[in-house]
Amino acid sequence: MSKDREVLTGEHFLNGDDACAEGAIAAGCRFFAGYPITPATEIAERMAKRLPEVSGVYIQMEDEIASMAAVLGASWGGTKSMTATSGPGFSLMMENIGLGMMMETPCVVVNIMRGGPSTGLPTLVGQGDVMQARWGSHGDYGVIALSPSSPQESFDMTIQAFSLSEKYRIPVIVLSDELTGHMYERVVIPEKKEVPRIRRKKPRKSPSEHLPFLGGEDMVPPMACAGEGYRLHVTGLTHDEMGYPVITAAAQERLVRRLCDKIRKHTSEIIRIEEEGTEDAEIVVVAYGCSARTARESVEIARGNGVRVGFLRLCTVWPFPEERIRELAARGVKGFVVPEVNYGQIAGEVERCAGGRDVLMVGLMGGAVHTPDLIVEAIEEMA
Amino acid sequence: MRYKLVELEPFRREETQVKIDETHGLHPDDRYLKPGRIPHIWCPGCGLGIVLSAFVKGMDSAEIPIDNCAVVSGIGCTGRVAGYLNMDTYHTTHGRAIPFATGLKLAKPEMEVAVFSGDGDLFAIGGNHLIHAARRNMDLLVVCVNNFNYGMTGGQSGPTTHMTARTVTTPYGNCEYPFNLTHLAYASGAIYVARWTSFHARYLIESIRKCFSKKGFKFIEVITPCPTGYGRPNRLGTGLEQMKFYRDNSEIRNNINPMESDMGFRGPIVVGEFVNEEKPTFLDRYKEDVLSKVFSG
Repeated sequence: MSKDREVLTGEHFLNGDDACAEGAIAAGCRFFAGYPITPATEIAERMAKRLPEVSGVYIQMEDEIASMAAVLGASWGGTKSMTATSGPGFSLMMENIGLGMMMETPCVVVNIMRGGPSTGLPTLVGQGDVMQARWGSHGDYGVIALSPSSPQESFDMTIQAFSLSEKYRIPVIVLSDELTGHMYERVVIPEKKEVPRIRRKKPRKSPSEHLPFLGGEDMVPPMACAGEGYRLHVTGLTHDEMGYPVITAAAQERLVRRLCDKIRKHTSEIIRIEEEGTEDAEIVVVAYGCSARTARESVEIARGNGVRVGFLRLCTVWPFPEERIRELAARGVKGFVVPEVNYGQIAGEVERCAGGRDVLMVGLMGGAVHTPDLIVEAIEEMA
Repeated sequence: MRYKLVELEPFRREETQVKIDETHGLHPDDRYLKPGRIPHIWCPGCGLGIVLSAFVKGMDSAEIPIDNCAVVSGIGCTGRVAGYLNMDTYHTTHGRAIPFATGLKLAKPEMEVAVFSGDGDLFAIGGNHLIHAARRNMDLLVVCVNNFNYGMTGGQSGPTTHMTARTVTTPYGNCEYPFNLTHLAYASGAIYVARWTSFHARYLIESIRKCFSKKGFKFIEVITPCPTGYGRPNRLGTGLEQMKFYRDNSEIRNNINPMESDMGFRGPIVVGEFVNEEKPTFLDRYKEDVLSKVFSG
């Protein structure tokens, strides 16, 4: 049974959460540890049903702290692993997301964002965790976060998240939201052979010669997992290339710079954006996730009204496409309109790169998404 | 933004290699120790070296191949055990060794996974994880080194600190009731529960050997001296004097209900193999109750 249930090739009518679970299984995820939380529970529920069908393990842990720790442990056991949560649980996971960054552990963390802070709006949409996804755990490290705008993208981006996590050896975040997670749409699941299944690089050197935390050309060390004879020491302490704890400024400088640079130096390969009508645009609307759906429609309406407005969608929220925003600003774009369901998290990033061009943040604090009217009004205000 | 950063100092493996060549291999048990990691950081008189040694001797007598065993630890003095063992070792976050080990075990069921940590790590910040792993009967060996205080951070009180004991954060004496760790582990579902002191090295080795042949959640508490953090403020004497205290004041009572395993501050300590039972593990039940239903159609 296990083989034919790996990739459910065909057309489906799925919500974003379920699509995300299917994406994970298609990508080869065989371990899920989680804790129930609205609006991400559908992912756990589907994994609980589906993982046994592919001989995987589903375990409900005692909290999100434990879930994230178990996901890291399973990854070091050589299994592709994932957890899914929402704001309050994401806060609890931050500790071990940091451990995952320090131990360079491939895995995927899905955050179906709801309104915060604190318990906030458990059942309603929010996009307030964008900065937490970037800076949530203490210290410096490079981050990748993908932002789906539909159930189809929830499927596709979960697969991409696994590929990126295996390639760069970091926990990759799928930053979805309640609207995208609970929305039902058509989802096309491709043939198994079309689903990319990237695996972490393995060491080529013998255990006595392998330096487990030496970056190499791409700055990502090959990964030996438990039981493979490498007898690694893997620690959350600052460590040298052998993995041994070294509490010095020199070791910290080498390690942390590499943890940041392995993402920074590959931003052009990682970043994915979509643009429509930006070539001649005077105004550019920058949006992501659920907000991008209304934003696209708003751009069409405003264009119909004669405004030269373009649309830029962030498929990867992190790393942020700084260069592209700078180019658009330098090319003479008058300003940027940034609708998001928070008080200006990505708008601040846009402003940072906009070289003094006007930035209009269209904010909702959570619980609802923008109406097209609101964004059209903002575009026309800037025009 | 432009960046001005300091020049990176290259990694000099040869420096570690010199240390390895000079110090590694002098002792027959060195094959169990990571080359170049000794000397350890522990204070003179600390019991951790004895526990580490007992662990490798227990592993050796159980004939567990080194590459078939992983050790996970949390944070603190005991958390450093992982870094000295020459096997797959993971030094995780404070209190989270057990859930990390849970993930590792479930991904690699054929490996023996042991958790080594202290009383503060396992029972304060990590207390919830411990009771749930015991409840699930996760196939893990947990060695808890109990020195009644937070040694690494300078001797603060914790969930095992005796009533009235002085620490740097209980300068007037501790007014909280401590946990009985063996009782808590047993009540939570542990299938093997023992308590020894670092004086009882032979018994400890035998307990560890036994645990390697048992499936399920196994819990061993080891009482150790912390002359620096706990001994000094409470005038318990040197590490050696505390070992003599253990010798003179321990009472071996095997097969008792851990509820009765008393431990006085300056009085008698009940030690022994309290519980040794059999029960299907999490993975046994997962296969039996979940996977079998999926595959039987």
